[in-house]
Amino acid sequence: MYDIKALYEAASVPHAIALLTEHPQARIIAGGSDVLIQIRSGKLAGAELVSIYALDELRGVSLEADGAIRIGSLTSFSHIARDPIIRARIGALAQAVDMVGGPQIRNIGTIGGNTCNGVTSADSASTLLAWDALVELTGPQGVRRLPIGDFYIRAGQVDLRPGEIQTAILIPQAAYQGYQGYYIKYAMREAMDIATTGCSVNVKLSADKKTMEDVRAAFGVAGPVPLRAPAAEALARGKPAAAAHIRAFAQGVLQDIHPRDSWRASKDFRQHIAVVMAQRALTQSIRLAGGDIHE
Amino acid sequence: MSSQYKLVRCTINGKSVEKMVDVRASLTDMLRDDYRLTSVKKGCEVGECGACTVLIDGECFNSCIYLAVWAQGKEILTLEGLAGPNGELSDIQQAFIDEAAVQCGFCTPGFIMSATEILASGREYTDEEIRKQMSGHLCRCTGYENIFRAVKKTMLRRLGKDDQAGLV
Amino acid sequence: MYVGQKATRVDAYDKVLGRAKYTDDLCDKGAYVAQVLHATIANGLVKSIDTSRAQAIPGVVKVFTCFDVKEKHFFPTAGHPWSTDPGHQDVADRLVLTQRVRFYGDDIAAVVAEDPVSAAQALAAIQVEYEEYPFVLDPQKAMEEGAPLLHENYPGNILSHTSIRKGDYQAAIRQEGLVKVEGWYDTPTVQHCHLENFICFAEMTGDRIRVVTSTQIPHIVRRVVGQALGIPWGRVQVIKPYIGGGFGNKQDVLYEPLCAWLCMNLGGHLVKLDVPREDTFVSTRVRHAIRSHIVSWVRPDGTYAARKLEVFSNQGAYASHGHSIAAKGMGAFPQLYPCENVECDAYTVFTNQSVAGAMRGYGIPQAMWAVECHTEEVAARLGMDPIEFRRKNLMPVGYVDPFSKNELYSDTFNQCMDKGMEAIGYREKYRAYQGQKGEVRRGVGMAVFWYNTAVWPISLETSSCRMVLNQDGSLQVQLGETEIGQGADTAFAQMTADVVGVPLDQVHVVSCQDTDVTPFGTGAYASRQTYTAGFSIRQTGQLLKERILAYAQELTRMPAYNLELREGNILRATDGRVLMSLGQLATQALYSLTNSQHLTAESTAQIKSNAYSFGCTFAQVEVDIPLCKVKLLDLVNVHDAGTLINPALAEAQVHGGMSMGIGYGLSERMLFDPRTGRPLNNNLLDYKLSTFMDHPRLRALFVENPEPTSAFGTKGLGEPPTCSVAPAIRNAIYHATGVFVNEAPMTPHSLFRRFKEEGLL
Repeated sequence: MYDIKALYEAASVPHAIALLTEHPQARIIAGGSDVLIQIRSGKLAGAELVSIYALDELRGVSLEADGAIRIGSLTSFSHIARDPIIRARIGALAQAVDMVGGPQIRNIGTIGGNTCNGVTSADSASTLLAWDALVELTGPQGVRRLPIGDFYIRAGQVDLRPGEIQTAILIPQAAYQGYQGYYIKYAMREAMDIATTGCSVNVKLSADKKTMEDVRAAFGVAGPVPLRAPAAEALARGKPAAAAHIRAFAQGVLQDIHPRDSWRASKDFRQHIAVVMAQRALTQSIRLAGGDIHE
Repeated sequence: MSSQYKLVRCTINGKSVEKMVDVRASLTDMLRDDYRLTSVKKGCEVGECGACTVLIDGECFNSCIYLAVWAQGKEILTLEGLAGPNGELSDIQQAFIDEAAVQCGFCTPGFIMSATEILASGREYTDEEIRKQMSGHLCRCTGYENIFRAVKKTMLRRLGKDDQAGLV
Repeated sequence: MYVGQKATRVDAYDKVLGRAKYTDDLCDKGAYVAQVLHATIANGLVKSIDTSRAQAIPGVVKVFTCFDVKEKHFFPTAGHPWSTDPGHQDVADRLVLTQRVRFYGDDIAAVVAEDPVSAAQALAAIQVEYEEYPFVLDPQKAMEEGAPLLHENYPGNILSHTSIRKGDYQAAIRQEGLVKVEGWYDTPTVQHCHLENFICFAEMTGDRIRVVTSTQIPHIVRRVVGQALGIPWGRVQVIKPYIGGGFGNKQDVLYEPLCAWLCMNLGGHLVKLDVPREDTFVSTRVRHAIRSHIVSWVRPDGTYAARKLEVFSNQGAYASHGHSIAAKGMGAFPQLYPCENVECDAYTVFTNQSVAGAMRGYGIPQAMWAVECHTEEVAARLGMDPIEFRRKNLMPVGYVDPFSKNELYSDTFNQCMDKGMEAIGYREKYRAYQGQKGEVRRGVGMAVFWYNTAVWPISLETSSCRMVLNQDGSLQVQLGETEIGQGADTAFAQMTADVVGVPLDQVHVVSCQDTDVTPFGTGAYASRQTYTAGFSIRQTGQLLKERILAYAQELTRMPAYNLELREGNILRATDGRVLMSLGQLATQALYSLTNSQHLTAESTAQIKSNAYSFGCTFAQVEVDIPLCKVKLLDLVNVHDAGTLINPALAEAQVHGGMSMGIGYGLSERMLFDPRTGRPLNNNLLDYKLSTFMDHPRLRALFVENPEPTSAFGTKGLGEPPTCSVAPAIRNAIYHATGVFVNEAPMTPHSLFRRFKEEGLL
């Protein structure tokens, strides 16, 4: 039994927006795997909730006319992981969301919730960031889209304005076509865990598979919000797919990340594994893209 | 204290039911308290142990972090719904007995429900996939070994591979 | 014969059908809900508690604070048999609610409400004013002069200090040519994590109070609730239904006294106290974190000249099982690898953290971590093969411990090691993995363990049994020994069927225990259920059989000594002819107009013996050095638990113990904030219990040397499987990397530190 002050169930997106406008104190509850736990722990005890769980219109993956991949914000991790559009075009995302918690959590957890809670450890977030995803927000003023990097404001806070809900995540065609990527989740156990650090890397190789035309990398738990690694990316972009450049890229990550000491892991340790993960994730991405790595 | 109630109509273990439910209730609360389905166990109440797992429209969920009102229109299956009308055990229940996969029994209902989802897919899973599909449950008694054997053997038998089941 | 068969668990059907009832399933929905307010300081005093806001919340029945505890009935909590000698009684240092706070999580107030939401709101609304004292979390620091004192009557915070002296250590170390090997070994604070949290409910009828509880020790709970409430013990009735695991945590009296006290203070109204997971971690019991210091002086021929052990055991804030744990671990030291000159000292020390009690292995997992880490180092220093070194030094056949009179009757260690080596392919892998270079390396390692069954001669060992014959020839069996998930009831049914001579399905073990009805017994602990119950089952079964055959003599006019009872039939021994079924006899006996009898038997067996139960673990690992990660590839345990009553359930027990050992070695540790004493990871996400995906296939093998002191040739198996797993993994990591890790668990964080120190990173 949860300490919920009132529960308002939305029947459609406009209804959800109306409810949120009418009850400005209310929190959105999507799958609940985060909100309900915070109610139980006392942080959100006594909250008013607007439930959008029943909005099936926000579930599912599709291709837009311009080739963008559209993921409804309420699509569960397990459905994303199984989705043929995702698997064919952005396998690293299928791989990443398939590492969230365990099967039951992947059935209830939604990609919208995973990004809207603004948590740095979210397994989907670093991959979405590394693939230049856009967030679609629908509110009283209509629909707006913004790059996911701009969506994150600070730990636990995202750019969600009063009355707004996140309705989709989009990955433009240019952001995925020709890219191959790999996600590494570093955690203390192989299931039912949050990431100590997450690393998502993707690469676009030249036609002869010898040059890294583009490299993108993003990390979770390397800072207060998921972050990109621009310095490391710059070190690799346009370079031959060779071991020395991969190592340089991996070392470059240290310029981009700023993990902190906590009881969960020391800064030293997080920095060390971030470099190892970056190296391995780029190596794996190059292999997936059909490249060979030269010494 | 809230006094907000809502009529929830759903199917539980094959039977259409409806009850006024406190909107603050989790599905665990509703199944245990309103329907007396006590196989649904509370081990952590935050979705970390899997003891409260039930199937909703064929997928496994931690009922502790699922609002009861969301059950509206859904088909819910608990361990009580697995046996036949005369109490005949399903193959997976029998396998848990045969493989000594039951000890204290507290995690057992949840494990059997996740196994039910896996087996219903009709797929043949690799050992690693079975482990992953069952990984949303914690067990402190069995080391998962005999649970693994029960699930794998039942999967192979359903696929007509009885000879391989003997080698698990 | 049913003993030795893989019989189906007697409770399996109920458990797979979802109809097995645990404590919460039995509680009436009209129960009041109690929730405990825990202290948020590590050491100090409650100065005042303002309950006015909490009390005003609708649905709140009453808020009780430590200031409402007027009669100070201090009580002990350890699930030990009571001693009639006051000098041997457990320390009585608990109150149902305490004003003096000794750890972050101590129980200072309780809310009783009509529903859990009101109770939670009330807890949040209580205002507490504290006087804070400095606190100490480390046992060696707690022993220092000037450290904060937890209990006034224990100077230096030392609950107990005991020693072993053998030969002359100081003289022995002066011999020429000795190699000195020294090390410090640390084990973590871990928690049992039984899937069912602790829960109980209490209700009064007449002037008696009934407590239904998830416990391993119903009769001990009865006594302690009586002590805590200051009422005669007979006014307390304790019922134990199915329980969702215990592993020693529920071998302590936990919140039964508080729940009963709240109930009594509310006119006997039904009160349920359901402890959430977060509180189960912090405020029930944990395993003692133990730091051990070992110094060995070894002769060049690979034998021990002298050895020394120091043990510092972290008791936490209250005495609970206290020094028994460290003492048991220390007791193993001079026995496992006998040496003429030994000095041992064990200190159990109060600190301001969660209270340590019993947990599977009871001091032996900690001791084996230290001893088997150290043994590997000694062998390495001497350049000896680790297995050969152990063969040379392990307890020899015929060894007798002068205190317990335990004897090693068989060549158990060598037999177990041989079997384990073969199973894991030790020799080939040991050679193949030498001198690896790359980032990812493999290794094999092993460790042995010492364990003894039951608690004689330190404490009472007794078992009582009742058998009652039904009209149809079936019988109920009741025992003080307790089913807690391990399968004890099934083993008891198999033994009973054999002794009495009835089919297994005619034996009904009464699993739910009720102190008003169940014969007296001290409960499930010390891996004693099968061993101790065996004596009373055998004795009681024979008594019942004698009575049945005496009655059969009347009905058949055959002398009883020419009759036998087999598989539920009365046979004439001379020609094997079935004269009547036991059902016919029982019906006759109950309804006879001339000689009506209720055929029952009840007896107590006091057990004045104890049995060694030894074995070993072999592990194969893969270490990813840059990632500081260990993958367990293979794990094999080999046990000599004597005759196996039920090989399938024995194997399952071993799997569970191995699993607990995996967590102990690789991932589990409770963390406390050094600045506040606050527990940091008291939930199942942050406390890393290993999951399905962290486990390899587990293999449990047995060597069956029947135990001569035992009624059925059997001996302890509940706890042993968890004792040698962690050091075996550790030794495999050493084999793979050349790095010794002396602190468990060997998490990526500690491997990162060690690999850096050793230049691997």
